[in-house]
Amino acid sequence: MDTTVAKTGTEGKTWGGGNKPLNASYGKMMMWFFIVSDALTFSGFIAAYGFSRFKFIDAWPIADEVFTHVPFLHGVPAPMYYVAFMTFILIFSSVTMVLAVDAGHKMQQKKVIWYMFFTIIGGAIFVGSQAWEWATFIKGDYGAVETKGGKIIQFLDTEGKRVAIADFAEKIPTARNVHEESNGVWYEAEETQTTFSFEEVKAGFLANDNLLVRTQYYDENGEPTVLSREESIEKIVNDGKLVVEGANLKHNEYGHPLFADFFFFITGFHGFHVLTGVLINIIIFFNVIIGTYERRGSYEMVEKVGLYWHFVDLVWVFVFTFFYLV
Amino acid sequence: MAHEHKLAIFRGTLKFKSNIAKIWGVFVFLSIVTIIEVALGILKPEFLLENRFLAMKYLNWIFIILTLVKAYYITWDFMHMRDEKSSLRRAVVWTGVFLICYLILILLIEGDYIYEVYKSNYVKFDF
Repeated sequence: MDTTVAKTGTEGKTWGGGNKPLNASYGKMMMWFFIVSDALTFSGFIAAYGFSRFKFIDAWPIADEVFTHVPFLHGVPAPMYYVAFMTFILIFSSVTMVLAVDAGHKMQQKKVIWYMFFTIIGGAIFVGSQAWEWATFIKGDYGAVETKGGKIIQFLDTEGKRVAIADFAEKIPTARNVHEESNGVWYEAEETQTTFSFEEVKAGFLANDNLLVRTQYYDENGEPTVLSREESIEKIVNDGKLVVEGANLKHNEYGHPLFADFFFFITGFHGFHVLTGVLINIIIFFNVIIGTYERRGSYEMVEKVGLYWHFVDLVWVFVFTFFYLV
Repeated sequence: MAHEHKLAIFRGTLKFKSNIAKIWGVFVFLSIVTIIEVALGILKPEFLLENRFLAMKYLNWIFIILTLVKAYYITWDFMHMRDEKSSLRRAVVWTGVFLICYLILILLIEGDYIYEVYKSNYVKFDF
């Protein structure tokens, strides 16, 4: 550094340079600058989520009914458990990170290597879990029908249990003629087709007398409103438009499409932070192995990436609360 | 580079012998808070859902307060805010707290207003 910084001859004086404002080194201070601005970005997203949720407060999906899956436990409804597991993984990787920083202060290279290694593993498990959760959410489970007004209606039997559309839809043999690029001057690829067409779901619904429909709107007990058989038939026949399976940016079988949009955007942005955090950790990990910081005589770099890593954990604490708990 | 750490948490009531002991202590505390949150999220006790304070359910108040508690300990002990100068602490925390509170207040009031307009299908004042 000394070779690149011009001496002013005023070193040691208050404004002469070389002071540490707020007693933090330049790198640490800049990391805090970044963290504050990134925190504001995330709060912008979460506040926007709150805005949309308050806008549709009487029809917003309940997270407990959306995220009920745990890997290898197919068909066992277990709300929250998997997200709780992910939260623990991230908190624990924060602990190993702070232990690495502590070992760095004491110049214990071996310990820093091991703790950074565990941190990276924890981060990788978290990103993997998030990918799995995305995949499950995109795939969906019961399927639903979207009305002409863009609202979602789901199916129940008379005992109040959810019924998947695949269980009652009637197969109507039809021939689809796919428009291909070679056949037209003006060509747009068609949208992904659902397993059943709306007509098939409608026929199946009319043929099964024990099926009811529930809307997105909550009654006075906070439960989604279930319509009577007559109202249900009326709703399907008059308002039904298309079948929705799973969730994407346009349609969401669990409820309002904005829920899916915000879920993808906020957890995606957070997941991207975790991913970059893992990559930066890997770079620092190799630097520790080859002894860069041992030669430099300071492990402050580990502390700086540590700050970023804890910040990612901090954001997850808020995402967890506002997406899954509240 | 603070090599000396402040080793007491909970306003000095719990003191640790070393920095490593403090890290594990904070981890145990954060885990307990998370377990409480998850347990409440699964059980959803009836009495916490029925009563409201300032238009928000008790349960949601608990969740948000516990989240802020967790955020405090992550920042103070994992990010070493406890060992920094108070001026750095304030520069980071108050900037965030002020701007975020303002943003949330404005957006939630606006969101609720639009909800009312949708519900009554009637524009009350300039929409």
